[in-house]
Amino acid sequence: VLAPSDLAGTVTAVRPGPATVVDPVIDVDGHPVTMLQRWPLRRARPVASRLPLTTPLVTGQRVLDTLFPVARGGSAIIPGGFGTGKTVLEQALAKFSTADVVVYVGCGERGNELTEVLKQFPQLVDPRTGVSLMERTVLIANTSNMPVAAREASIYTGITIAEYYRDQGYDVAMMADSTSRWGEALREVSSRLEEMPAEDGYPAYLATRLAGFYERAGAVQCLGQPGRTGSVTVVGAVSPAGGDFSEPITQNSLRLAGCFWALDTALSRQRHFPAVNWTRSYSQYDLGAWFDQEVADDWSRLRDWALAVLQREESLQEVVSLLGIEALAAEEQVTLRVGRLLREDFLQQSSFDDVDASCPPVKQVAMIRVVHAAEEAMREALARRVDIADIASAGVLAELGRMRRWSTEDSGDSATRLAARVGEEMSSL
Amino acid sequence: MTTARTHPLFTVGHRAVSRVAGPLIVVDGMEGVAYGELVDVETADGSVREGQVLEVDGSLAVVQVFGGTAGIGRHATSVLTRGRAARTGVGADFFGRVLDGAGRPRDDQPPPLPDAYRHVNGLPLNPVARDHPDQFIETGVSAIDGLNTLVRGQKLPIFSGAGLPANELAARIASRARLSADSAGVVIIFAAMGVTRREAEFFRSELLAGDAAERTVLLLNLADDPTIERLLTPRVALTMAEYLAFEERRDVLVVMTDVTAYCEALREISAAREELPGRRGYPGYMYTDLASLFERAGRVRGGGSLTQLMILTMPDDDITHPIPDLTGYITEGQIVLSRDLDRQGISPPIDVLPSLSRLMNAGVGADKTREDHRELADQLYACYARGREVRRLMSIIGESGLPAEDRRYLAFADAFEHTYLDQGDERRSLVSTLDLGWRLLAPFPASDLKRVSAEQLARHHKEESESG
Repeated sequence: VLAPSDLAGTVTAVRPGPATVVDPVIDVDGHPVTMLQRWPLRRARPVASRLPLTTPLVTGQRVLDTLFPVARGGSAIIPGGFGTGKTVLEQALAKFSTADVVVYVGCGERGNELTEVLKQFPQLVDPRTGVSLMERTVLIANTSNMPVAAREASIYTGITIAEYYRDQGYDVAMMADSTSRWGEALREVSSRLEEMPAEDGYPAYLATRLAGFYERAGAVQCLGQPGRTGSVTVVGAVSPAGGDFSEPITQNSLRLAGCFWALDTALSRQRHFPAVNWTRSYSQYDLGAWFDQEVADDWSRLRDWALAVLQREESLQEVVSLLGIEALAAEEQVTLRVGRLLREDFLQQSSFDDVDASCPPVKQVAMIRVVHAAEEAMREALARRVDIADIASAGVLAELGRMRRWSTEDSGDSATRLAARVGEEMSSL
Repeated sequence: MTTARTHPLFTVGHRAVSRVAGPLIVVDGMEGVAYGELVDVETADGSVREGQVLEVDGSLAVVQVFGGTAGIGRHATSVLTRGRAARTGVGADFFGRVLDGAGRPRDDQPPPLPDAYRHVNGLPLNPVARDHPDQFIETGVSAIDGLNTLVRGQKLPIFSGAGLPANELAARIASRARLSADSAGVVIIFAAMGVTRREAEFFRSELLAGDAAERTVLLLNLADDPTIERLLTPRVALTMAEYLAFEERRDVLVVMTDVTAYCEALREISAAREELPGRRGYPGYMYTDLASLFERAGRVRGGGSLTQLMILTMPDDDITHPIPDLTGYITEGQIVLSRDLDRQGISPPIDVLPSLSRLMNAGVGADKTREDHRELADQLYACYARGREVRRLMSIIGESGLPAEDRRYLAFADAFEHTYLDQGDERRSLVSTLDLGWRLLAPFPASDLKRVSAEQLARHHKEESESG
């Protein structure tokens, strides 16, 4: 039983036996205390101390965990235009991230999306506990046609409930879909109160309010005994008008969140999902050491390599779009081919595929190792003056497209075998 | 005092109109009047118009007058309150009727006899009471059925541009939609906001033809009808639809046009209320206002569905304009029309690349449509997207600069536009749509079709050689 945070005194009585949440269970200095607690939404719940953020919240999404991981107790924003996949990504995080408790706030969005959660979650099982996902999820529903003033409350309700579970020693993930609707509610109320508007009509205190929300994320040493730690990781979706990130909510949230997962309309049009733009996105959390130690010692190296390839590919694509691929030197064409393998066979991930929807880190590193091995084999073949067209069109490369369907247990062996086959076919050219 | 005020025989009249501003009047001394309450505005010559209380501030009330304020002066105008909420009649007697934007008859017949009265704003549906939409609606249009599937309970807009045939497409979907056998047949409520007489006549003849009239209601707010009624029109339509869908358990299709005209009316009223404008002068609450309309769709447990198809003319064909932008954030996808395709004579001119149906996954598959539906759609989309990209490249480096592989995608894009998209007046069954998709993929070797599983390839892909 979690004692109320603002309670101090001596336990004078204990009432054993079954009790409802409103029945007193102990007496403190003569006053009965129930399990039911009330807490003012806008006040952060107290902690003993804040801890540094050193472990990641593993999301099971390759592009996030490998390239832009979020820390347990950190915060991330997902801005994107409509149709870029914010809600699908938030729901994937709610399903598969390694949190003990998930608080999902539908703030000013579609009712059918919440219905989908209500339908799916009871049928999905959390592999770490063996219990249905619904048992670990709190759903706060404020749909877009519900009262606007309630949108503000819904965000604070979510973070307060998240803090409550944090104080019990759990790792909590809180998803807010979408914080822009909360900002709009702030704007509406502010204009009715006839306050002077600031940028884009938002009130001048927008940044302060956003900070008050994002700063309630964190990893903490909880108050009281037994000593325990807990965390709240906040993931906020942002719906900027016209997909233009220069608007106040996105810009202010960027300063506050540690991870920026920018969703790109161009990628979504190409049906590349998750449509996370690898050039604009970033993670400020230094989690490489954890991954190197807990998953594989070549994790950080492979991550840096992948980002470098993608950057190089992007600048080469500009040349290709003007002059065609023939204008590039053979070495650069290999870079393009590797970039495509990374994008299509590693970064792309389907939330609707029962095997691919969630990818544990050990499978992620197995997959990326194969792409790395493929590049080495291709460059080795190029050094032997094999024609670039033959290298790029080698049949074995198509098999990398099936990597996503490997089971986690077999991924290590499958990766070793596939890398070997790629090496063989390249050396036979 | 309260009981006496709400008694139907008790009327309070106020003769203190302090200001007339556009479609609004400001009345003093209106204590005790409720927000959203309906009032009667009686002018000096004895004519009566209906109005609705938009704002209450102490003893002042702002009333929007349906029918406009022309002829209303500050003196000798009475505002009569009866404690009435803004409600509309609903029920089966409305079928086959043509009404105006506020629900009054427009077809020279007496007012329909309602089965019940319901508040025009409705109530938000609890997500727990909803059933997730997953029942396929066959529209007969390949670009929709095959690639952007519509399901019962979805809200799907048509993003059009000035002069593009969105009205024709909507009328066609409405009159030809086919539901699965477990439905008693679809019922259509059509709401036109700010349409021309020509458009009104087009919809009247298309939707009330033959026995379709028995299951169709038309609400027409013409372009020269009072602006204030434009805001009421979709709400009246949706209230009628909700009654039929959620209480009578029917499958209802609500077609609304033109959302842009509605938003312009919203902007006009907002300016008259002296509210601070947002993007492009539209009110800051436009998202919430549109959401209060579009969220009135879905399936409820126990049966019945309300599907919304709205037409939206993008100003200047700009999809980042607030009206399509905010709509896209609310609706479950969009069907985007292309001026380019329309110019080439392709009908219907649907651009599938920016189009989307968010509920498609739930509505397709082995037990709903066919087991290859999802993968085929993904593959057609990917090939077409690549074909369009090659076309763009070709405009820079010329066709001779293209590798042979790319030329196949170019040919595919052309064939796709001229056979799959362009179907004229033909109505295609889902099976024909799916089989046509496979025929278009025949020129590709199986190894290129990475979005399709080996199983489906074996069953449906009949590869052609280049020369054959």
